[in-house]
Amino acid sequence: MTDLPQIPPQVRAKAPSRFTRAWDSDFAYQFRRSPVAIISFTVVLVLVLAAIFAPLIAPYDPFDPASLNLMNGFSKPMEPNAFTGDVFWLGTDDQGRDVFSTILYGLRISLFVGAAAVAFAMVLGITLGLLAGYVGGWVETIIMRVADVQLTFPAILVAMLIFGIAKGITPVEYRDQMAIWVLIVAIGLSDWVQFARVVRGATLVEKNKEYVQAARLIGRGSGAIMLRHILPNVLSPVLVIATISLALAIIAEATLSFLGVGAPPTQPSLGTLIRIGQGFLFSGEWWILLFPAATLLALALAVNLLGDWLRDALNPKLR
Amino acid sequence: MTLGGDCRNCRLMLAYALRRVLQSFLVLLVVGLVAFSMFRFVGDPVDNLLGQERTQEDIERVRADLGLDDPFLVQYWTFLKKAATGDFGLSYRQARPVGDIIAERAPATLELALVSGTMAIFFGVVLGIFTAIRRDGWVANVIMSTSLIGVSLPTFLIGILLIYLFSVELGWLPSFGRGEVVDLGWWTTGFLTASGLKALILPSITLGLYQMTLIMRLVRSEMLEVLRADYIRFARARGLREKSVNFRHALKNTLVPVITVTGLQLGSIIAFAIITETVFQWPGVGLLFINAIQFVDIPVMAAYLMLISVMFVGINLVVDLLYFAIDPRLRADRTKAH
Amino acid sequence: MSDPVLSIRDLTVEIPTRGGLLRPVDQVSYDIAKGEILGVVGESGAGKSMAGNAVIGLLNRPAKITGGEIWLNGTRIDKLQGENMRRLRGKDIGMVFQDPLTSLNPLLTIGDQLTETMLQHLSITQTEARKRAIAALEEVGIPAASERLDSYPHEFSGGMRQRVVIALALCAEPSLIIADEPTTALDVSVQAQIIALLKRLCRDRGTAVMLITHDMGVIAETADRVAVMYAGRLAELGPVREVITAPEHPYTDGLMGSTPLASKGLKRLRQIPGSMPRLTAMPTGCAFHPRCPKAQDICRHDPRPRRDGGRAACHFPITHSAEETA
Repeated sequence: MTDLPQIPPQVRAKAPSRFTRAWDSDFAYQFRRSPVAIISFTVVLVLVLAAIFAPLIAPYDPFDPASLNLMNGFSKPMEPNAFTGDVFWLGTDDQGRDVFSTILYGLRISLFVGAAAVAFAMVLGITLGLLAGYVGGWVETIIMRVADVQLTFPAILVAMLIFGIAKGITPVEYRDQMAIWVLIVAIGLSDWVQFARVVRGATLVEKNKEYVQAARLIGRGSGAIMLRHILPNVLSPVLVIATISLALAIIAEATLSFLGVGAPPTQPSLGTLIRIGQGFLFSGEWWILLFPAATLLALALAVNLLGDWLRDALNPKLR
Repeated sequence: MTLGGDCRNCRLMLAYALRRVLQSFLVLLVVGLVAFSMFRFVGDPVDNLLGQERTQEDIERVRADLGLDDPFLVQYWTFLKKAATGDFGLSYRQARPVGDIIAERAPATLELALVSGTMAIFFGVVLGIFTAIRRDGWVANVIMSTSLIGVSLPTFLIGILLIYLFSVELGWLPSFGRGEVVDLGWWTTGFLTASGLKALILPSITLGLYQMTLIMRLVRSEMLEVLRADYIRFARARGLREKSVNFRHALKNTLVPVITVTGLQLGSIIAFAIITETVFQWPGVGLLFINAIQFVDIPVMAAYLMLISVMFVGINLVVDLLYFAIDPRLRADRTKAH
Repeated sequence: MSDPVLSIRDLTVEIPTRGGLLRPVDQVSYDIAKGEILGVVGESGAGKSMAGNAVIGLLNRPAKITGGEIWLNGTRIDKLQGENMRRLRGKDIGMVFQDPLTSLNPLLTIGDQLTETMLQHLSITQTEARKRAIAALEEVGIPAASERLDSYPHEFSGGMRQRVVIALALCAEPSLIIADEPTTALDVSVQAQIIALLKRLCRDRGTAVMLITHDMGVIAETADRVAVMYAGRLAELGPVREVITAPEHPYTDGLMGSTPLASKGLKRLRQIPGSMPRLTAMPTGCAFHPRCPKAQDICRHDPRPRRDGGRAACHFPITHSAEETA
């Protein structure tokens, strides 16, 4: 039993604006009713904005050697440095880099890699899923077999392997430069199967419905039918999978970078920062490790919770 | 549970097993092709084996040694034959046979995986049952909420957290390595020394925690589903004891789907060992693999890929057969299918 | 007549919800004597299964008994908790569920399920239990019972499984059987066999039966007396023959008019306008008044017409001439 919100009559009388319509939709209503959704959405929004505007927000540019002062190294959070008297909110690392700034830039890399990898996996998965479902025959057999074999292995392992192979193919002098892109492809390739499976399933259902048959009868091409008629029907499950995949991709990126087979120290992501910070765990400079780790945790948890909520709100059947 | 007393069932089981073994071999052939292609096409094997000072003669000798001038399929076949005997050539980085390196590192990984796998299954199943039976109790609710954080927490962060707590702050447990190990000739074990056992604690918790959470959540949801089933109501209506209803009737039915997923989770334990081994500098094959990727040591990567595939495929096979053994309906369905 | 096996007095079951208190069973009273079969009919949601579940103590939370009394063989059982109630189940009250395909545990052989039930309630040995299990299966008409004992449920047909379920319900010789729609999920050709079996076994042992069904045909075939339920309340209670041929409650009358029964000859079927009220929107007064052709002012206000001496809980029961009833 859901008690729907009472719309006052004066609102109903006017033609509702686009905003009111969106505000009154079931989806928005469920969102307002869920504190978990609101909090996790806010956290994600703040982190995304912080990442986008990192160059404006960050008090220092951690990658500009000119702004670094080795004397500032190992400053504690919120305490004036013993030599220079500078105060850093979250302290500095061994080279005197402001931890807060490196986190902002690291967040940028982490989010970019995560989002790009999911986008890549999504495009690849949707394309292959549509093809498999719509064309059928040996195309379907090959695509789905490959998917099955890949699913046997954990995604993180597949990503590591692809990263390793790509590293082997790239010439040594380009390796660091290419690392971010290789990372995106590796994580993307390890994650397309989910999308392909859902899209294929939905395509198989949709393609036998009357409206698709009708479109075919009036001579629409296969490509147009797939894009205009079938694709819109699979968007909401795809959105749900994309959100959950984003959390997984962010964790995967962090894991790979932590293991030293991801973002290079010249372009550190949150994972790289944690890898660096781990080195100072025993010597007592806890802030170099703690703050990047906490940021990663907040990001992963918020995206995860948002994905869970989205799954329940958009499509209870997906459970 | 017996695997069907009569011979009709045995034959059936055998036919099914054979078919699955065949499928597994096909998967291994495909993975082998990937591994071989890496070997052959990523970087130049000749470059990697010979240093800068080399003659044309050297190059030709190595090419002939490696069979690089043979047709593709012949090379692939040779690769498979060698791989089957554990021969993956020399590591580019260590210049030693890859088979030897893996053999001396495998015990570390397998012992770690064994301990954390056992822990994950035991605690996962127990907590899953507990949270399902006491689903409205506050202890169960606390466990469930905690597990949600556990799922979002990356493995390496768990490891770091444990190191910080138990090694840095409390100083109770070692933060890296295997401790003292006993060499049994073909196997090195940390089970026989106190320091070896102590060294196992943190890594195996790190590795097993995530899998435990997954198993627990799965067991819980399956068990809740089963507890709603008609046959559970009927069992209650016949006045069977709660214990018998929960454990004899519900648990058995819960285990059918749980076994599949748990089997697959065990496979990923071996893969996720890579992360744990890196955090704890655990001298196993996972750490070897990560180093191989960093230094593009293709033979080690290929060998690891093959090794882990054999394990995965093997576990899948066992899980499938176990499934077949535990569920009498499946035996009947397969009869009809053929 | 001797003391009844089961006696229900003003039984009320309530479910607290956010929308308020629902009352799926509302002050229902009836008795079942030794060897008697009482049919309980009603549409789905009329509360007939809920009453059965209340008797055997298997109400799903948050539903609970909030009023009235249940007496079994002279003992009050509605207040029994946990272990005490459990010991009664299977031993004194047996239950047969609707769907034999899902009532049996798929992973245990039927022999296992029979022996565990007997060992639970009777002090006998494993060997003795096995012997009795075979006898029980033979009694319900499973051919080659000793061989089928180690078969799994999926190896039986639907009708055979329901026979196994009946054997399970009866194996500890309870004095009351609650059969909740025992034939609904079965093929029509099998239904009659199962009903005949249930009837024969209970007659032989003198077991009292609460036969819950929405099928008037089954009731007419099997039951001695019938209780008609409507929206959680008892509408009419009386001997089967009389209720069918001369219903006193307007609802029963409508129900009979809309049921094709061979015994009544070929008459045009009628239908009752409207539908049973939901528990969330119960009308004031008599629950049936919005649909009742004879409703008066008093029906709309007096919440609870009683069955005073008559069969129907109605202010204006239908009266029949003697010749009609005969």
